[in-house]
Amino acid sequence: MSGGSLARPTATAVPEGQVLRYTFVERAIHWTNGLAYLYLMLTGLALFTPFFYWMAAVLGGGGTIRYWHPWIGLIYAATIVQMHRMWRSDIKTTDADRQWLKNVEAYAKNEDANMPPQGRFNAGQKQFYWAMFYSMLLLVVTGIVMWFPEYMPRKAHFVLPIIVFLHSAAALVSIAGFLIHVYMSIWMTPGSVKAMTDGYVSRAWAKTHHRLWYEKITGRRS
Amino acid sequence: MSNGAMEIKAISGHRGGTPGGGEYRQPDGTTRTGTSRDYDVCKLVDTTTCIGCKACEVACLEWNGYDFRETTFDDTYQTMPDTAWNFWNLIRFNEYENDDGTISWLMRKDQCMHCADPGCLTACPADGAIVQYQNGIVDFNQEHCIGCQYCVTGCPFNIPKFNDVTKKVYKCTLCSDRVGAGLEPACIKSCPTGCLHFGSKEDMLFEANKRVKQLHDNTSYSKAGVYDPEGVGGTHVIYVLHDAENPERYGGLPKNPTVPFMVKMWKGPLKWVGGLAMTFGVLGMFMHYVRYGPKEVHEEKKP
Repeated sequence: MSGGSLARPTATAVPEGQVLRYTFVERAIHWTNGLAYLYLMLTGLALFTPFFYWMAAVLGGGGTIRYWHPWIGLIYAATIVQMHRMWRSDIKTTDADRQWLKNVEAYAKNEDANMPPQGRFNAGQKQFYWAMFYSMLLLVVTGIVMWFPEYMPRKAHFVLPIIVFLHSAAALVSIAGFLIHVYMSIWMTPGSVKAMTDGYVSRAWAKTHHRLWYEKITGRRS
Repeated sequence: MSNGAMEIKAISGHRGGTPGGGEYRQPDGTTRTGTSRDYDVCKLVDTTTCIGCKACEVACLEWNGYDFRETTFDDTYQTMPDTAWNFWNLIRFNEYENDDGTISWLMRKDQCMHCADPGCLTACPADGAIVQYQNGIVDFNQEHCIGCQYCVTGCPFNIPKFNDVTKKVYKCTLCSDRVGAGLEPACIKSCPTGCLHFGSKEDMLFEANKRVKQLHDNTSYSKAGVYDPEGVGGTHVIYVLHDAENPERYGGLPKNPTVPFMVKMWKGPLKWVGGLAMTFGVLGMFMHYVRYGPKEVHEEKKP
């Protein structure tokens, strides 16, 4: 595509005053994962409580969501595995993270001057990541059993109630993470949605929220 | 059986009250909700007079319109190892060796027990897929079933069976269609020895206890008793057993069946904790935004 006003910025043409935060592949994986999660959460809640069962009708009927929920779950799990491959080095816990977590109350109160500088992901994002990663593992293991209970021998049926309980409990943990993630990215930290849509953030944004990462990618001390 | 017996008492996956349920007047003038003993129906299976003829198996298939399934020969008279989605009534044959070396040949008609506290209904997420009628019958409505098999998870008797083609679950209806028309269930009608009885729960318990007393007084079955397990609130199918202390000998009849603890936790506290956490979580985030607002980024002035 030639240039023009509608042309998207590319990696080779970083807009003035901005830096690339997420590549196209990262964004695509993120949104595939996010849409899959949204479907899983809505259908899961429909099957979790009669209060939300009307959602089953909205999404095609009870039998339909029963059929698709496990398949979409596989997509969800696969995208998290891919995230793990992409971000392995970015999500390692550091000493600064431990300090950050101690001061998390200050972060919540927007007293960011008291927070130690953070890398590409801050310690809270890493916590969110691990909550979603481990809940996904539990959801996949329990979910596969719940997918085909008819193949379970009668003598093993006693584990089924434990399995469904764990599946629901893990889902609730992930919903807590999901709600906080959505709140923080859309409302609490302006610029995050842009980072995950066109991929770029302003230099000031990068410096404010992820100082160490900014210094690393630009080679600048500020 | 006309007034109220086949009104719905409890319903699966349903928000709010039970449609058509609620208070009703008893013959003595008092009003109450829930089960009225006058409407309670019950099957009584007297294992001490069952001869294992399987007439009830055939009657069940005939009335419900299923073809006879393939049978499995396992060196006993038992038709197949377990009940199936289209085979709801199975006589279980068990040979138990007594302490004195003699053999007890135990036969038990296995089918849905129609629990007063049904684990299947508790676990079911689909609105209207499982209903419990005022008369105690627990019935599956396949048109609302979504095939998740949570009912299998909730049942302590291993009764609901999944059909892999229709993706729905089936079980004994206690012939709700016949009972609603004032008839006895098909199995009861076919029994040649009179080991199967049908009537109100109160009458069946009376008959059962009478039979137990007869066994105590006139036979060596000193441990004979009635099986009406309290853990599931009592059942609408009760047994007279030669040895009520060891129901497991009758093809795995559980001694003290209950709705599984984790199912109660899942459908009770976890549901409430989860709902409250989500509600207050969203409210809390809103209040956080109102109190602290977004994180500002101070743009650098261009030199």
